[in-house]
Amino acid sequence: MEYKISNRLKLGAIILIVLGALGVSYGFWDSHQIEDVEDVKELLASESHHGESHDTEGHGEEHAEESHEEDHGESASHTEEGHGDEAYSAEAEDHKMTHEEHVLHQIHNRPYSALYVAAFFFFMIALGVLAFYAVQYASQAGWSPVIFRVMEGITSYVFPGGLLVLAIIWVADKHLFIWMDPDIVAHDAIIQGKESWLNKPWFFIRALIFLGGWSLYRHFSRKFSLAQDEADDNRYFKKNFRISAAFLVFFIYTESMMSWDWIMSVDPHWFSTLFGWYLLASMLVSGITVIAMVTIYLKSKGFLEYVNDSHIHDLAKFMFGFSIFWTYLWFSQFMLIWYSNIPEEVTYFVTRIEDYNLPFFGMVVMNFIFPLLLLMNSDYKRVNWFVIMTGIIILCGHYLDIFNMMMPATVGDRWFIGIPEISSILLFAGIFLLIVFRALGKAPLLAKRNPFIKESENFHY
Amino acid sequence: MEASKVIHAIYTDDDVLMLAVKKVKAEKYHIEEIYTPFPVHGLDKAMGLAPTRLAIAAFMYGCVGLIVATVMMNYIMIEDWPMDIGGKPSFSYIENMPAFVPIMFELTVFFAAHLMVITFYLRSRMWPFKEAENPDPRTTDDHFLMEIAIHNNEESLSALLKETGAVEINIIDKEDAH
Repeated sequence: MEYKISNRLKLGAIILIVLGALGVSYGFWDSHQIEDVEDVKELLASESHHGESHDTEGHGEEHAEESHEEDHGESASHTEEGHGDEAYSAEAEDHKMTHEEHVLHQIHNRPYSALYVAAFFFFMIALGVLAFYAVQYASQAGWSPVIFRVMEGITSYVFPGGLLVLAIIWVADKHLFIWMDPDIVAHDAIIQGKESWLNKPWFFIRALIFLGGWSLYRHFSRKFSLAQDEADDNRYFKKNFRISAAFLVFFIYTESMMSWDWIMSVDPHWFSTLFGWYLLASMLVSGITVIAMVTIYLKSKGFLEYVNDSHIHDLAKFMFGFSIFWTYLWFSQFMLIWYSNIPEEVTYFVTRIEDYNLPFFGMVVMNFIFPLLLLMNSDYKRVNWFVIMTGIIILCGHYLDIFNMMMPATVGDRWFIGIPEISSILLFAGIFLLIVFRALGKAPLLAKRNPFIKESENFHY
Repeated sequence: MEASKVIHAIYTDDDVLMLAVKKVKAEKYHIEEIYTPFPVHGLDKAMGLAPTRLAIAAFMYGCVGLIVATVMMNYIMIEDWPMDIGGKPSFSYIENMPAFVPIMFELTVFFAAHLMVITFYLRSRMWPFKEAENPDPRTTDDHFLMEIAIHNNEESLSALLKETGAVEINIIDKEDAH
């Protein structure tokens, strides 16, 4: 049975795109209502007026603490700190950037960041599925061939989605990546030291190599997969096996570098050596969640008659497993930095805990506690609506994960999940649905001549 | 109590055994027990055994492990001999929790794994110096044995088992039925 994207779905996706585009435009218009430093001063004054009573309370406490410390004779360290602050403010003056200007930039950055986070989130889903798909081929998995066409449908978004991400980086420029701002680099010795890697031409050459490699693999694996349907031997399957193994090697290097480039370099002073893995975990868990959701959706429409509860069960096991893997990496990154407490490293988490407390810890609850408790029971993994509900929580959690990676560096404490963020999600969700479901309609939903298709059809837990 | 007679049907292939179990169940005979040299996937469902509750027990053991770790680390590192952890002498469990997470994780796994294995052994009536219940030593090598109680239906049952592909059928007088 051939699947064709239904008119309702198409219309729904187009409505999402239109609504999203309107909201994104509003976001840009709104952020430019605050044009210059004078506007920011007004804004800050009105904000501090609102929080006046709180402020005085805070001051009182600070005073109390200070006198307390002096009682203990720790004034020496105190003055030292004071010196440090002075040096810092002198440096800041040198940069010729006042607090108001800084806030102005953050306000202007927000719609760009919102757009980028959503674009990257949907791109990362497709890329995660691509990696998972390659693993299925390279390991010659017997359970999954009945959902290969679903995965191929989702990976059709890798190329357009990647181009969109790069286009946003190109346009947003220093609004997202401060190392693209020559004024800042001129005063920053640390970024100067990284300039041979972090410069715009080399960044885009690298990005095109990454995206080109992934898209080429996607193109050929899809081609061989379709050719295998009509073949009378396993020639194309073997070809797919070989290119999948090669792709995985290419992918694990380029994915790591992509994570440094596209995400980690928004904080060019900070680095984490397991960032690539960490992003990979996010990618895989969101990707597998979307595979499960699309599969369940198509099944509910009467397609994919060979997919049974055991396939859903296996996907849910992967959702559960990779959620825990994500937590493991998130915690490994957090604990080492928290423990060693080195100022230039720990500031990354200080910002997140102070300014992003709710999304930062909320994300851990959504990405770890929820999947852990909801998907632990083996029977629940076979209940389709249960997998969908958990999947929605996981996807929201991993959106927040990307949000927490990007926002603190670009908008600081001026964040909110409001019109710019939600409209960006709608916009890219619409594009994603349109591309993915159109691709799903272009080929039969069963890879009928795959050598493992019999095993997969009879797969039984 | 009437001396209970059982029939032992021996198979040499797990697929044949699975089909036989389904057939015997369809004829409404009650299978007492099956002895296999290795776990046969799906046999429990085919026999109609109640699902295991070992997973629930494991979850609770894990929770016990988590609590033990928390109480233990709180006593050792916070109360009994307060430690300055990572240069952050807050002496509060919750603020130093990241440092204790590996221990909490490990003890959760430790308790869940060990107590689950012990529970499994006891529930399977296996403890040290226990005499083997295994009726035929070949079931520890490459044979599968199905045990069915006989209630005056020896011939029909033997015929059915023969038909399902049993390579050997023995009638055994059980001395003590439990």
